[in-house]
Amino acid sequence: MLDFLYQTLLAFDATLRIATPLMLCAMAGIFSERSGIVDISLEGKLLSGAFVAATVAALTGSAWLGLGCAILAGITMSLIHGFACITHKGDQVVSGVAINILASGLTIVLGIALFKRGGQTPSLPKEDRFTPIEWWGVEMMDSVPVLGSIYRQLISGHNMLVYVALLCVPLTAFILYKTRFGLRLRAVGEVPQAVDSAGISVTWLRYRALILGGALCGIAGAYLSIAQGGNFVKEMSAGKGYIALAAVIFGNWKPFTAFFACLMFGFLDAVTARLEGYELFLIGEIPSQLMQAIPYILTVLLLAGFIGKPRPPAAIGQPYHK
Amino acid sequence: MSKPTPPLPRWADIVLLPLINLLAALVLCGLVIFAIGENPFAALKVMINGAFVYQGALGYTLFYTTSFIFTGLAVAIAFHARLFNIGAEGQASLGGLGATLVAFAMAPIPGIIALPLAIGSAALFGAAWGIVPGYLQAKRGSHIVITTIMFNFIAAALLVWLLAGMMLEPGQFSPQSSLLPEQTWLPKIHEMLGWIGLKTTATPLNASFLIALCACLFFWVLVWRSRLGYEIRTVGQNQEAAHYSGINVARVIIITMAISGAFAGLMAINQIQGVSHKLILGFTAGYGFTGIAVALMGRNHPVGIFLAALLFGALVQGGTELDFEFTVITREMVLLIQGMIILFSGALAYMFNPPLARLLARIFGTKEDANA
Repeated sequence: MLDFLYQTLLAFDATLRIATPLMLCAMAGIFSERSGIVDISLEGKLLSGAFVAATVAALTGSAWLGLGCAILAGITMSLIHGFACITHKGDQVVSGVAINILASGLTIVLGIALFKRGGQTPSLPKEDRFTPIEWWGVEMMDSVPVLGSIYRQLISGHNMLVYVALLCVPLTAFILYKTRFGLRLRAVGEVPQAVDSAGISVTWLRYRALILGGALCGIAGAYLSIAQGGNFVKEMSAGKGYIALAAVIFGNWKPFTAFFACLMFGFLDAVTARLEGYELFLIGEIPSQLMQAIPYILTVLLLAGFIGKPRPPAAIGQPYHK
Repeated sequence: MSKPTPPLPRWADIVLLPLINLLAALVLCGLVIFAIGENPFAALKVMINGAFVYQGALGYTLFYTTSFIFTGLAVAIAFHARLFNIGAEGQASLGGLGATLVAFAMAPIPGIIALPLAIGSAALFGAAWGIVPGYLQAKRGSHIVITTIMFNFIAAALLVWLLAGMMLEPGQFSPQSSLLPEQTWLPKIHEMLGWIGLKTTATPLNASFLIALCACLFFWVLVWRSRLGYEIRTVGQNQEAAHYSGINVARVIIITMAISGAFAGLMAINQIQGVSHKLILGFTAGYGFTGIAVALMGRNHPVGIFLAALLFGALVQGGTELDFEFTVITREMVLLIQGMIILFSGALAYMFNPPLARLLARIFGTKEDANA
């Protein structure tokens, strides 16, 4: 029984670690999509963030500088996206595809040029990374039977960026629903004409939404390469940006529901690794590939209206013409 | 508001603008090469030599061109109905699966039947993987961009599962099937030239290049000379107008996606029946996404698509040469160029348009002004 509890705890612990970049990217996606800009470039921004974080941390020996530059990298990618589809009213999906391909090309080309290791960055020593933080009183709580291990495994012992990601969710909800900026942001994704006729710049609002999103993707990238991992490996985002996008859609473009979608997708991933080779009662062995495909299958089913009813922002995907 | 921009002359729209966009992309990539301490012109020279000059280079270039023609046509036909098919990658994977499965099933049957059936099933499987997102878009309103992205991942998972499991060749560790029966292989072009007594260098260029050229012709007839093509273009221009003129919009969307998926699926015959002769995981190599760049640059017209596919074929083949000649520039440079081209000729398509139009109007004078 205790062993089962321990296994469950470990699975939840892994869920949190896997879901962290998803949460950050999903919040980024919510900002951008609620302002009316389709954001399939989450993947590219995540990848650029990861590369820049690892590169800067390796060159300067500072994880904080790495994080800062990763945020700038995410924002830069967002600005390219904005320049193409806000300023020049280009197709948002095409621009997103371009950014994703650019990111995967640039990170490899620059990585090889800088470090000559086939696209990888050097492994960072522990002190140049964001390492797990042990909370106060872990030793003391250990004597408490169940709560002690929950406290040690699940609540304490993550790196800083995990907590940042967890804070981002309520923060995003607060900005979106409780501030004037958030109200305008939501309005510009539904009826940009109304926002414009109130004398507020549609362009600047959408740019700000993209910049926020870029910053969040940058943090997510830093998480991948200098917190969870210790260096950048080419294509290390490995579709996480797309899963985050799926979580945004699954969460109906709302922060908390998207957060739960991220946790669910993270949990599926965490469980997949543990179920491999196990025969489940009555079901038999579930192929791990099926488990990995579930987020995508669920998203398709949701979009098709078989689970609930998706309600995307009304003006999404349309460039605003005065 | 400034005064309205004059319309761009047709020749400028078709020839000049794509060239300017290509130039902008190349200049930016040149700057990247310069920034990492190499000579961009030396790199360009290596790429041109690698793509056209060295012995057999052209054959390799045309081999890649073949794949890009198929994926370019796939994206372009969907664009004509204003559908964005990002799923060519997944549809091509399924095409490969179709060709492989049927080729194995045809083991005892002579090539004259087995070969076309295998090719047809590549198209059929690709089409099936396109129809589902098409149906979901047409009947259930799910956005085709998202569903096709998701279908890429589902296809990838399916292929991993099959190739690492029941289709894995015994004794193999990397996920790939065993060799297809020989009668389902497509002949190489140098073999075909050999039949009529011409001796040429052996390259992977195979008969699917000819099929790709036929596909271009088919595309042109379909889009501009058939009733269905007219319906596809009408749906692309204005769905409501199409609906009120009696076109069954949902049907057209589904059929368009089927054709699009079939083109993408055919890419697999070049790679699998043409060269590798087995299904290998990841054989699509991102060419489905390159198809987006090809379609955008080729302005959704078969001639343009052929030229753009040739350009990308040359870039990929020339790019492999970069690996040999330089230590810091590698073939991934091509990804960068590809991204830039999608950015400039797709997302930023309207950036150079107005200033160019104004410039041309000023140079060639008064005709547009008189109309305005």
